[in-house]
Amino acid sequence: MITIGVNGEVRTVEVSAWKRLLDVLREDLRLTGTKEGCGEGECGACTVLLDGVPVNSCLVAAGQCDGRAVTTVEGLARRGIDGSTVLHAVQRELVVRGGAQCGICTPGIAVCAAHLCDSDALAGPGDARAKVRELLAGNICRCTGYQLIVDAVIAAASPASNQEGGS
Amino acid sequence: MQTQSGGPVGQSVPRVDGVAKVTGTARYLDDLDLPGAQHGVTVRSTIAHGTFDGLDRDPAFDWTGITVVTADQLGWGKGLAAGGFGENYIAMLDTDQPALLPMGGCIKHVDEPLALVAAPTRARALAARAALTPRQTAKPPVLTVDDALAADIKLYKDDNVFKSFLIRKGHVDDDEFEIAMAGAATVIEGTYETGAQEQMYIETQAMAAWPDAGGLRIAGSMQCPYYVHKAMKVLLGCGPDEVAVAQTVTGGGFGGKEEYPSMLAAHCAMLASAVGGPVKMVYDRDEDIAATTKRHPSRVRHRLGLRSDGSICAIDVDVIMDGGAYLTLSPVVLSRGVLHAAGPYRCDVTRVRGRAVATNHPPHGAFRGFGAPQTTFAYERQIDKAASHHGVAPWEFRDRHALRAGDTTATGQLLEASVGTDDIIRAIRDVAGAAPARDGINRHGAPVKRGRGFAFYFHGAGFTGSGEQRLAGRATVRATADGRFEVLASSTDMGQGAITIFTQIAAGALGVAPELVRVPDPATDEVPDSGPTVASRTCMVVGGLVERAARTLRLRIEAWADTAGVKGDLGALAAAMFGRKAELDPQHGGIAETVQYEPPPGIHWDDATYTGQAYPCYGWAGCLVDVEVDLDTREVALLRCVHAVDVGKAINPVIVKGQIEGGTVQALGWAVLENIVYKDGRVANANMTNCIVPTFADIPELETVIVECPYPFGPSGAKGVGEIPMDGPAAAVANALGDALGVAFDRIPVMPEDIARALRRGDA
Repeated sequence: MITIGVNGEVRTVEVSAWKRLLDVLREDLRLTGTKEGCGEGECGACTVLLDGVPVNSCLVAAGQCDGRAVTTVEGLARRGIDGSTVLHAVQRELVVRGGAQCGICTPGIAVCAAHLCDSDALAGPGDARAKVRELLAGNICRCTGYQLIVDAVIAAASPASNQEGGS
Repeated sequence: MQTQSGGPVGQSVPRVDGVAKVTGTARYLDDLDLPGAQHGVTVRSTIAHGTFDGLDRDPAFDWTGITVVTADQLGWGKGLAAGGFGENYIAMLDTDQPALLPMGGCIKHVDEPLALVAAPTRARALAARAALTPRQTAKPPVLTVDDALAADIKLYKDDNVFKSFLIRKGHVDDDEFEIAMAGAATVIEGTYETGAQEQMYIETQAMAAWPDAGGLRIAGSMQCPYYVHKAMKVLLGCGPDEVAVAQTVTGGGFGGKEEYPSMLAAHCAMLASAVGGPVKMVYDRDEDIAATTKRHPSRVRHRLGLRSDGSICAIDVDVIMDGGAYLTLSPVVLSRGVLHAAGPYRCDVTRVRGRAVATNHPPHGAFRGFGAPQTTFAYERQIDKAASHHGVAPWEFRDRHALRAGDTTATGQLLEASVGTDDIIRAIRDVAGAAPARDGINRHGAPVKRGRGFAFYFHGAGFTGSGEQRLAGRATVRATADGRFEVLASSTDMGQGAITIFTQIAAGALGVAPELVRVPDPATDEVPDSGPTVASRTCMVVGGLVERAARTLRLRIEAWADTAGVKGDLGALAAAMFGRKAELDPQHGGIAETVQYEPPPGIHWDDATYTGQAYPCYGWAGCLVDVEVDLDTREVALLRCVHAVDVGKAINPVIVKGQIEGGTVQALGWAVLENIVYKDGRVANANMTNCIVPTFADIPELETVIVECPYPFGPSGAKGVGEIPMDGPAAAVANALGDALGVAFDRIPVMPEDIARALRRGDA
């Protein structure tokens, strides 16, 4: 029996400790927002946060997650006072700026990019766009050519955007 | 026939499926709840050529609950109604490709489907597959186009040629052509090779099938529901109403989900029939790379005859494409390849020959650009060499000799409207700036050489010749009882934004807010056949149908309201019309208008001689690339990429930008990163670790310029955008590498070892 905090809820699953976290999320918890693109840690479509750090959930065993916190794409948006969905700034900017096309890599990119915006990863000296390119290099997108995703992440990371997004 | 609709057309409205995609609620095939669905997997050949002698089952394996299907048990010829199947081939252009190879049949490529397995869990299905061993007898394979053309081993008819073309302009026979070529002051000759390329959509091939109302229902990731529908009618031996095909949210296609989904649908149908319930198949990445179609490898011999002033007096092109083991779409890919092979340059005497040949590679197929990127690579290398020979700057040389309105193409097509040459030339010139310094040191302290390359190209939008007339695509716009509107078409959204631009075009023509328009997911039992989602035709051709249907519907509703004395916005009028029940269209459950494609006036195409108007219009594009080569590691860094593309009219500028940039990066990857390695007919690097595509870190900031030279018969002037960005950047990269190193790179991908070899040879 493995207990994982998933998007703020305590979830208990009876699975082999060797089962991939990706499969636990998709099959046992039916959180199908997390996608499998390659199954070998190359494409990043299955990216989730494990204790706040981006990981490829296809390379993480369920047993490694016992007692830890996982954030998936389903956990990025929050519920507004009126019950509506309030997108994370990164999600909102990805929609507005054309950062999602076919959308299959988008959950992984949104999770990783939200982490970049919410941490100090993009702060400090140096070209922020170059940092985004380096820090997102583990997430492959075949549709966009990346430019509009970088635009979206930069916009989401700006202080104005975070105020507006209320995250 | 431009509209004055204004409204949402030309605005970057956010894509209508955007929120579902960023929140993870968009449901792709593998995300769907399919109660009781079994998991299907495929047993494949391990040799490139030989015979399939039988299938051995490991007696030690627990076969409980496992279903194994081979071709021999399917009751071919009985038809679906009699509990059997129709014909065992994938219906596309030919009948040569079996859906499942019968025992005793000829194995023509590695990873050819031999048997199918279904089990309640994927793990059990994979274990069962491992317990099955095909017996095979190997024969010598054909693995090069030269061996195919020698035809010592016959794979397809007597000559291994799937299709050949010959296009002549300005001469009647080869003798006359050679006389023209002999008049050249200089002849630039070259042979150019391009490698196979994997589409690498991030959602692998995925499909499901289940028995439904006495027939069969198919759902999955695909570009062309009616292609799958046609293939299923033949395979199942049934009428059009006994099988329905629905597209699910599709995680990228790029051509890779044009013809191959019919194979998965066939396999799902076989397994669903055997187990009597739903079956789904989702390929592993390794299987997807190894077994499914890729861009055709090509070899193009090109001769460019130049007068002393640099103008072109004769062009001679000979194109060979490796079609792989079965015909699939190779004739059409070759067709587009040869039709673009002479390039967008003025020349009165042109000869283009092309052959697609059979080998024992897994079949090559559709991939964005569809033959044109291969021939574009060749002619844009040639033009660079010609410019260099004449001592003219590369972009200046293109400016002097490029086609303009009033010129004719290699098929004799007179270019009249919508020729973007001057705008493209200017757009690149305006932003080019100074070329990078030749020599330098990179951030690792290594010496580098830098260079700049250009390319200029065009791409025909829509189907070739009379293809659109033959297809006669249809689309419907209908009002619903709640005063909203729906667009019904079989064109799919695979990420390129089709449903968003349809929403915009319909809303614009109806004069309503985009929020009132919905585009349901296409299913063959619910939408008319607007044609396949290919060939840069969705916006220009199907968008045009949507615009016309919406405009007709609006006029009808407004006319009714005038007569009935009802006032309000169009949604309110439609709802009132529903209330009266007077005008309901029983076939579409409401007030609907369906329109069919009508060709613009004056289109003439001769399929026998390949002359006339090859395409209704062309997009035009120019690309500038700056590169830097690390002289220690031979790695190539892309410093800059400017891409100007004429799309007629950007219905949604952000979506158009995304299309251009996505295609650009696939082309840059094809030039220097993406290397499919075949070994004995097998893809040796069938995984994403070794079969790489560009990442965020490989690509420079892209400088994209949208140029709009309207096409009078496209919706608001729009023409194609999907493919053209794929055509030219690879040539620009090779030209830039040549500029940097003084060495000709005539084969792509250019890998560091190619650069090392070239420098060692002392080509510099």
